[in-house]
Amino acid sequence: MPTYAAIFVQGQRITMHRPFARIVVDEETWLTVATALAGGQAVLLGLWGDAQAVHMAMLEDGANEPVVTTFMCADGRFPSVGRLHAPAIRPERAIHDLFGLDPMGLPDERPWLDHGRWDIGHPLAASGPSARASEPAAYPFLVAEGDGVHQIPVGPVHAGIIEPGHFRFNAAGETVVRLEERLGYTHKGIESLMAGASLDQAARLAGRTSGDSTVAYAYAFALAVEAALGIEISARAIYLRALMAELERLANHLGDIGAICNDAAFALMLAHCGVLRERVLRVAAKAFGHRLMMDCIIPGGVSVDLAPAGVSDIRHLLATIRGVFPALVELYDETASLQDRTVGTGIVPPSLARQFGAGGYIGRASGRAFDTRRHLAYPPYDTLTFDVPVLNEGDVNARVWIRIREVEQSLSLIDQILDRLPADGLLRTEVGGAGERREGLALVEGFRGDVLVSVRLSGEGSIERCHLRDPSWFQWPLLEAAIKGNIVADFPLCNKSFNCSYSGHDL
Amino acid sequence: MRKLLFQGLAKPPLTEAGPTDGEIAALAAELDHLARSRLGRSLAIREVDAGSCNGCELEINALGNAFYDLERFGLRFVASPRHADVLLVTGPVTHNMREALLRTYDATPNPKWVVAAGTCALGEGVFAESYACQKGGVSAVIAVDLYIPGCPPTPTDLLKGLLALITKNTGPSGQVR
Repeated sequence: MPTYAAIFVQGQRITMHRPFARIVVDEETWLTVATALAGGQAVLLGLWGDAQAVHMAMLEDGANEPVVTTFMCADGRFPSVGRLHAPAIRPERAIHDLFGLDPMGLPDERPWLDHGRWDIGHPLAASGPSARASEPAAYPFLVAEGDGVHQIPVGPVHAGIIEPGHFRFNAAGETVVRLEERLGYTHKGIESLMAGASLDQAARLAGRTSGDSTVAYAYAFALAVEAALGIEISARAIYLRALMAELERLANHLGDIGAICNDAAFALMLAHCGVLRERVLRVAAKAFGHRLMMDCIIPGGVSVDLAPAGVSDIRHLLATIRGVFPALVELYDETASLQDRTVGTGIVPPSLARQFGAGGYIGRASGRAFDTRRHLAYPPYDTLTFDVPVLNEGDVNARVWIRIREVEQSLSLIDQILDRLPADGLLRTEVGGAGERREGLALVEGFRGDVLVSVRLSGEGSIERCHLRDPSWFQWPLLEAAIKGNIVADFPLCNKSFNCSYSGHDL
Repeated sequence: MRKLLFQGLAKPPLTEAGPTDGEIAALAAELDHLARSRLGRSLAIREVDAGSCNGCELEINALGNAFYDLERFGLRFVASPRHADVLLVTGPVTHNMREALLRTYDATPNPKWVVAAGTCALGEGVFAESYACQKGGVSAVIAVDLYIPGCPPTPTDLLKGLLALITKNTGPSGQVR
C-alpha cells in the first residue's frame, strides 16, 4: 500500500495546518513511514520536535505535495526513524538535546548540539528546561584502526574566514580513511528565541539563521505564516521576492565558483568571480537598501520597494555578467591544472544523494533533479520558464558545473521577473492573528537547496513554535562519504564545493 | 587564460580609494608607519567566528576582492592566531564557542588587539537573550579594543574600523577578563 494512503487512512488530520496535510499517526503508521523512507519510496524533508510530539515531513515518490506526520510522545519517547533511515540520526540527536524526548532505538546516542556548556539542559522540554544536564565531557569520536592510521583534528577555529566546526580525520598516509564531523558550535538557540516572539521579531530571527541565505529563510518564513493565516499578497510583492531570491542565488554561486577554484590554487577565477559577486551585492544595496537584502521580505509582503532606477541598475548588471561570465566558464573548462583537481574528486554517489534527499547543487550534481521551484512550485515560479540542470558524476567538477548552469538560469529568471513585474501594488498586506491557533509549512529553494519552515501561531499572531530546517542537515553527512579515499589536501576543495552552512545547521 | 590576463592589463584597476570621510583617509596613509613603529611589520589579522550567522564572514571575505583590496593597506588575514596581531571576532559568542575563542586569544602573541565586528559581537542583536549565547558578547570573554557595528558591517565599515584601530592612543590591553 502506498505510504500516503496508509497515513491518511489510519491517521487523524489536523485541520489548522496549511497548505499541506498534517496527520497524527500511531506507532505502527509512524514505523510504516520510516520503512518507506528506508526503502527509498519517499524522501525525508524534515524531522523536528515539539513539546510532547515529533513531526516528520516527507515526500512520497511521484507525489506533488509533502505530508507531515506527527507522533504524540505520551511518555516522552518515540520510535527512532534513524534506526531504519540514517538521514534521521542527526535530527533525532538534536531533538533529544533540545526537547529531552527519547528516540527509542536510535543507534547513536551521543549529544549533538548540546556540548554540555549551556546553563540548562533540554531548553525546549515540555516541563521547562532542566538544570545543566551534563558537564563538558570528551566527545567519543568513532575510531578507525589499522597500521599507520593516524588522527588529524581540525577546528573548530579554521584557517580561513569560515564558520566554526570540528573535523576529525583518520588518515593512512595522505589518504582519508574516515572523516567525522562534529557540529553545534554555532548553536544560538534560535527555536527557543522564536517561541513567544512577535511576527516582526521572528522574521528578523529567521533571516539570521544562515546569513548567506537570508532571503531564502525570510521568504520561507513569510510563506509559512501566510499559509497559516490564509493571506494573499500582492503580485508586485510576489515578483520582488523572487527577484531578491535570484539575486541571492547569483551572488552566492558566483562567490562559490571563484572560491572553489581558489581552493584548487587557481586564484584568477576568485579575482574575477569576486568582482562579479561584489557587483551583485552593490546593485542589491542600491535597489533594496541592504547588500545581503536582510529583512527585506516580511510576512505579508516586502519591506522595501524597487525604484525605477533599480530596474535599470539590475538590467545593467545582467548585461555586465553576461559579458564577462562566458569567458570565465571557458577558462574553467579549458584549464587542465584546474580540472585535474576537480574531476573525479569528492564523489557523492547518486544512490547516497537520493537516500539523503540532498538538495541544491549537491543533489543535482549527483542525479537528483529535485528543485522546490519546480517540484513544489510557489508563485511566481509556477509561471516562469527555467531549466533544472542535472549531472550524474557527483564530483567537485559536477558541483561547479551545476552552479555555472544555475547562474545562467538565474540571469534568465531575473529578466523574466523584471519583464513581468507589475508597475505598482500594495507592498505589504496587513498581517495579524486569526483569533485561533494556526499552523503553516513552506519550502523555498535557497541557493544551497530547499529551506523548510514550519510555524505555529497563537490566536494573537505571535509564534508558539517555529522550526527552520537548513538543506545542510542532509548534505553534511554526504561530505563525510565524499572525502573517503581522497587525500587530506583535497578536503578544503571538497568542503568548498559543498559549502554547507554551519549556522543554518546548528540553529 | 592569456586573453583574460591581457584584458586585465588593458583595463583600469577596479580598486577604489579607501574610505574618504574625515580623518580616515589620513589614517590610511599613516597606517604603514604606525604599524611598523608598534609592531615592526604590517598588521596580521586572524578572523574568529564565535557563532555568527555567517553574514559578517561574507563581508569580511569581500574585503579581499579587487574593489577593496585590503592588503594594499598593509592589512592581511593569516591562517593561525600565532601569526596574528589582531583578532577580528564576529558572532554573539555561543557557549559552545567560548573556550575555542579563549584558546585562540591565548595563542595570539602579545602585543595584540581585539576587534569585535557586527551587532552580535557587541552583545546586542537578535541572539543576545539566548540560553546558548554569552551575555554581553565578545567583551564579556576577552578585552575588546574596537567595536565595528552593523548587521553585518559593510566592507567599507570594516575597512574604516581597521584603519582607525591603528591610531588608537592606548596600547593593546592584552588581558583576559
